[in-house]
Amino acid sequence: MRSSTGIKRIITGLIPGGLLAVLSMGVMSEPATVGVVTPGSKAASSEACVAPTEEMRRNHMDYLKHDRIEVVYKGIRDTEFGLSSCVECHAAKDDKGGYLPINGKGQFCDSCHEYVAVSLPCFQCHRKTPAEQGASGDSAMTGSNPHRLGLLQSGGGQLTLSADELRRLHVMTLEK
Amino acid sequence: MGKHDDQLDMKRREFIGKTVLAAGAATVAPGILLTVARAANETRGVTSAVRWGMLIDTNKCADDCTACVDACNKENGIDLVQRPEGASDADWNAQRPQWIRKVKLRDMATQVVTTLPMMCQHCEYPPCVDVCPTGASFKRADGIVMVDRHICIGCRYCMMACPYKARSFIHQNVENQLVAVPRGKGCVESCNFCVQRIDAGNTTTACQEACDKAGHKAILFGDLKDPESEITRAFKTHNSRQIRAELKLNTGVRYIDV
Ligand code: SF4
Ligand code: SF4
Repeated sequence: MRSSTGIKRIITGLIPGGLLAVLSMGVMSEPATVGVVTPGSKAASSEACVAPTEEMRRNHMDYLKHDRIEVVYKGIRDTEFGLSSCVECHAAKDDKGGYLPINGKGQFCDSCHEYVAVSLPCFQCHRKTPAEQGASGDSAMTGSNPHRLGLLQSGGGQLTLSADELRRLHVMTLEK
Repeated sequence: MGKHDDQLDMKRREFIGKTVLAAGAATVAPGILLTVARAANETRGVTSAVRWGMLIDTNKCADDCTACVDACNKENGIDLVQRPEGASDADWNAQRPQWIRKVKLRDMATQVVTTLPMMCQHCEYPPCVDVCPTGASFKRADGIVMVDRHICIGCRYCMMACPYKARSFIHQNVENQLVAVPRGKGCVESCNFCVQRIDAGNTTTACQEACDKAGHKAILFGDLKDPESEITRAFKTHNSRQIRAELKLNTGVRYIDV
């Protein structure tokens, strides 16, 4: 009983220590490089997202919530941010050229949300793939956001953070 | 039902409203002024200077025509809700979402049959909003009553409260939704006057467009507050009424010859 508590204490002491070590190592390493976007998505060929990538990483949920209120209650549909734009730009295609659901395993939304264990209920109602051209009902949509770029995303589908990316994530979190 | 109960501009709550406003202005005058100033700056989005409504001429509505229903199902992605495997006709017909439906009325005394399209009447005083425990059911400034799916918990109080059977509950998962019309299991929904079209500056709903195209012209959509609009002028020259006017909901949808 006593010894197991002791071991737990040592382990809990080790975790923040390890994190700190990673962080300080990161601070000393080379300057930040650009994150990797979902290969084959529209975002991969864009200059930038609707806001700087680090800002999107941190604040996209607030932007989405703010603009959904504009849309639903005030009928303002040409908002700066919108879930359909995320899907439009960040959805990847499969071998046959069809779009993969953006919340699918390892896909753009899922990869980070799974990593941080935040549930992703948006797509219970919202469309998971870019709209098909000429679909009825979508004729009135005015989505026209030219510049978008993506979040951390590895080529293999599963999310992996390099030490550098982890450092930047933590620096960002600590700065704000 | 007295004729005077069936007015477009219902004043019965005005007195209470004014009393409350006067009291508010006396006690928190700076706050009130601030609110007014901010409202004046807000130029984007829906405004209460508009109230969307509809006038339906039942004489022109053809018995065997379902153009409006079909158009609505397509425009709002209702046709994407598939019949669950093994569901009986009765279950499916009772549970499938329907924003607009054709209704047939028979006058028992004269046997005269009237057909009309029935949908959310966009009540000025909507019972669905009154009963909603979460605030999901709401009325926009321009009079369109709708459900905020982000907030709806699917309790279905509003379905019970609506006198027009206008609301539907989504019983199953839906895939490949339209971008403009999100939909998923567990929320209630109803006709929203094709809000995605209206917000984009379109002046007709899908049902009116289809009815016009079918050559019947039974549905007229427009701004009830614009004295120059076609619908306001039609109101002046035709004897229309609200269905169940005795409930005093001041519906935005009115019918000729029912
Ligand atoms: S018709 Fe029914 S759903 Fe529409 S506003 Fe009135 S009560 Fe609500
Ligand atoms: S089903 Fe949704 S909209 Fe209707 S009363 Fe319940 S929470 Fe409100």
